[in-house]
Amino acid sequence: MQGPVPYSLLPVLVRYSQKGMATTPNKVSAAQKESQQGFVYLPLIAGWLVPGAGHFLLRKWGRGALLAASIVGMFALGLAMQGKLYGGAHDILDMLGLAGDLGSGLLYIVSRALGLGADQVQVTTADYGTRFIVVAGLLNVIAAVDAHNLRTGRKA
Amino acid sequence: MFRPSHFAAVVLFALFASVVFGITQRETPPRMFRYGIYCFVLFVGSAVVLSWLMFLIAR
Repeated sequence: MQGPVPYSLLPVLVRYSQKGMATTPNKVSAAQKESQQGFVYLPLIAGWLVPGAGHFLLRKWGRGALLAASIVGMFALGLAMQGKLYGGAHDILDMLGLAGDLGSGLLYIVSRALGLGADQVQVTTADYGTRFIVVAGLLNVIAAVDAHNLRTGRKA
Repeated sequence: MFRPSHFAAVVLFALFASVVFGITQRETPPRMFRYGIYCFVLFVGSAVVLSWLMFLIAR
């Protein structure tokens, strides 16, 4: 149904039509965009390689320290429990374990290079340790994505 | 070699995971803290409840 627009709706329509124009909010978002220039994936990559580094880059010191302590602590306890570091993908479960382990970034690479972790799980505690190592990697991925969201402004 | 009991392993797991969940899933520090506590209680609570259920089923 088309016809003359009621006068009572005019202020609403004017406000709506101004949304895309260069009003103050747009100037603010342009300034934000300018300040966010650069490599936006840097916190994501840094956070993946070193737990908490993505948040440190964004000057979120407290959050970064807590994340680093939790993830490194979990990974270290997993190694201390003689957890297994997945080295190859022989079946689907190994593949998933390897994907989780790789989430720890440099922690995994350095630990593999130093020969840490057990080759085979022989005691119950080592099974807990293996899960700790995998979950530390997965938590690190969540933390790195959180740093990326902070960088892009998706999260405050 | 570090050999925690099953319960100690659950508590440690819950602690570390809750810290990360709290920080990453909420925006303000008070809400992060509350959500972290909530996750910790759910982790440990569900482990205790499921353990009792398995114990009663096995009897």
